[in-house]
Amino acid sequence: MSVAEKVLDQYSSRVYKNRKTHIVEINNNENENQIAANVRTIPGIMTQRGCCYAGCKGVVLGPIKDALQIVHGPIGCSYYAWGTRRHKGKNAEGVDNYLQYSFSTDMQEPDVVFGGEKKLKKAIDEAMELFHPSTIMICSTCPVGLIGDDIHAVAKWAEEKHNIKCIAFSCEGYKGVSQSAGHHIANNQLMKFIIGEGDRKIESKFSVNILGEYNIGGDGWETERILKRIGYEVVSVFTGDSSIEDLKNAHQANLSLVQCHRSINYIAEMIETKYGVPWMKVNFIGVKGTIETLRNIAKYFDNEELTKRTEEVIADELEKIIDDIEYYKTKLKGKTAALYVGGSRSHHYQTLLHDFGVSTVLAGYEFAHRDEYEGREILPFVKEDADSKNIESISVEPDPEKYHLYLQKEVLEKLRDEKLLSYYGGMAKEMEAGTYMVDDLNHFETEEFLKLLKPDIFFSGIKDKFVAQKSGILSRQLHSYDYSGPYSGFRGAVNFARDITMGIYTPAWSFIKAPWKTAPILTGTLGGEQAC
Amino acid sequence: MRQVAIYGKGGIGKSTTTQNLTAGLGEMGKKIMIVGCDPKADSTRLVLGGLAQKTVLDTLREEGEDIDLDFIMKNGYADIRCVESGGPEPGVGCAGRGIITSINLLEQLGAYTDDLDYVFYDVLGDVVCGGFAMPIREGKAQEIYIVASGEMMALYAANNISKGIQKYANTGGVRLGGIICNSRKVDGEAELVSAFAKELGSQMIHFVPRDNMVQRAEIHKKTVIDYDPTVNQADEYRALAKKIDGNDMFVIPKPMKQERLEELLMEHGIMDI
Repeated sequence: MSVAEKVLDQYSSRVYKNRKTHIVEINNNENENQIAANVRTIPGIMTQRGCCYAGCKGVVLGPIKDALQIVHGPIGCSYYAWGTRRHKGKNAEGVDNYLQYSFSTDMQEPDVVFGGEKKLKKAIDEAMELFHPSTIMICSTCPVGLIGDDIHAVAKWAEEKHNIKCIAFSCEGYKGVSQSAGHHIANNQLMKFIIGEGDRKIESKFSVNILGEYNIGGDGWETERILKRIGYEVVSVFTGDSSIEDLKNAHQANLSLVQCHRSINYIAEMIETKYGVPWMKVNFIGVKGTIETLRNIAKYFDNEELTKRTEEVIADELEKIIDDIEYYKTKLKGKTAALYVGGSRSHHYQTLLHDFGVSTVLAGYEFAHRDEYEGREILPFVKEDADSKNIESISVEPDPEKYHLYLQKEVLEKLRDEKLLSYYGGMAKEMEAGTYMVDDLNHFETEEFLKLLKPDIFFSGIKDKFVAQKSGILSRQLHSYDYSGPYSGFRGAVNFARDITMGIYTPAWSFIKAPWKTAPILTGTLGGEQAC
Repeated sequence: MRQVAIYGKGGIGKSTTTQNLTAGLGEMGKKIMIVGCDPKADSTRLVLGGLAQKTVLDTLREEGEDIDLDFIMKNGYADIRCVESGGPEPGVGCAGRGIITSINLLEQLGAYTDDLDYVFYDVLGDVVCGGFAMPIREGKAQEIYIVASGEMMALYAANNISKGIQKYANTGGVRLGGIICNSRKVDGEAELVSAFAKELGSQMIHFVPRDNMVQRAEIHKKTVIDYDPTVNQADEYRALAKKIDGNDMFVIPKPMKQERLEELLMEHGIMDI
């Protein structure tokens, strides 16, 4: 029996049939690594997925530092989105910073009965009086959708009354099958109401947007540092440490770099259609990944001086870290890892692990769609179901004034044919035969796979980290990096290797035995005699 | 204490029937409380002579949790205690949640005293969501009367409400006590409604004839018995009150399939019109 079969074997036939389509043994299957993704989780299964609100407010909007984000709903949704994701932001002259705050309407029972719009308006008035923000965002939670508060009308009201920008996001938690729906909703509104409005002067023709980089643990800063060293002008970052002013100018860049494909591909594509800015899938996680990415970007801009500078910077950065890399390689080589994160990271981090000779035995995504597993070439074959049709999809037209092309159309076509632009190959192609790819991995499967595959490290998030850690397997959070970072670029790779090495060589939990493993926790008698 | 919920299609005369019927019970010396479960808060107007008390939810909103029962409960004709749940204006908030909140609050405030013989819930229109089913959930009302007429849509609604009752009958113990026919002077009305009730496994408990007296009393903000105790219609309501007081037929209704309901209407000629 294969490992996957052993895990599936314990399911009822109905669940077995469903989960089987979400578990793929790479290159050892009948349908070319095809996987079921972005569909409903079976009720009763302990999924690690989040909700639509988490994807919209938590992931995409949260890192925007100068937009005051009011969560309309009972206090919990706002409280648990407060400072837990470690998207860092620096104070900048003339830019507000609300990252440390948690704003909520704290909806109560009478607000549910009589409608919450009045309270929301009051919250906006209060926020204006206390903070004078230039932008307010309203994110709705489940009860708001149920009682039908018109948050978009309130946003319009706020714009007129306070002369600010106010955008409402109908990202009620129950929408869609995972946080993925929330990414889409956030993307739509940013495209409709922010991107394209700026007219900041762009100094360099080597201008880029970094899309899908949320500056967890400072990742975005390391990426920006490298790009700026080479001579790129970073117009905007979506949305790590970003300001609304940056985002407004995204249409002026000459190339969009897409780090997290899942959460931002909608914006990447719409900016290209509307403003002519093509997008390139990049990966700043891992030394090899970063080098390849930097060379790809230089290839697009096709400038001798820039290409030369790129190689100089790569050589210099490498020289500074090579001793550390070699040292950690001796410590980590031959170890194995399992990854279960997000909709991109499980792929990116395999590159970084590979740098240190760590091989991946299992990788999975919480909320990815099939393209993150199998590559964008399967997009025409993805069947849309009612759940995805339920999320608004907007389309844009070329803007007659702001549309611009950096390269000739023919050159662009050529780069597209080479899959350098508008393409993401997904995770499966880079995984070794016989390893496992699992969609929407749940608590039960996590424990079973860990027992059977015995990886040295399990990368995941807060919900399942401690199950692995307390059973003696090193576990690191790749959503928040626990308390560390950055892990991106050249210096980040060293940070990452240091953290993993520390963990592997300090296996404290494996020295502890749970009390119930050595002594029975139940005592009982049967007919007056000791039974157990 | 018997807890009774009155349901029926919107505009069929639930509030009018409930108040005239409770006036009849009140005249018999019964102690009664009416809980109006309609955001419009017009379920107790005739008993109170137009005098409107503050609704439970308005009071909750303005006073917070510290509410005195006197604020929200007023005594009217025959000492009938009147409470209005209230709710949001049309198009905002959640009236269903309001009813749940309001009934919970009444319980906490001790509105359900042991000396009561009857509590009547007058519930808005169709059972559109869980909130409006509140009076028949969680062991509150044990018996339900549906107000209907011989008109097609009234019977459709009554059949739908029976589906709701059936759903809660197994868990909450609620039963259908009968159909009150509030006549619209449709041909063969009494026969049709009787046959309909029988098909559900229940009874037409009383046929209340159409009489302008009801209208006249309403204009004077009174129930018929209060306005003119000597008229025929007052006796009709007394008869209804007596039948309900003596009722011992409580069933789990067997709602009809759409086809069977239409067949029934056909048999009684209503579809020919």
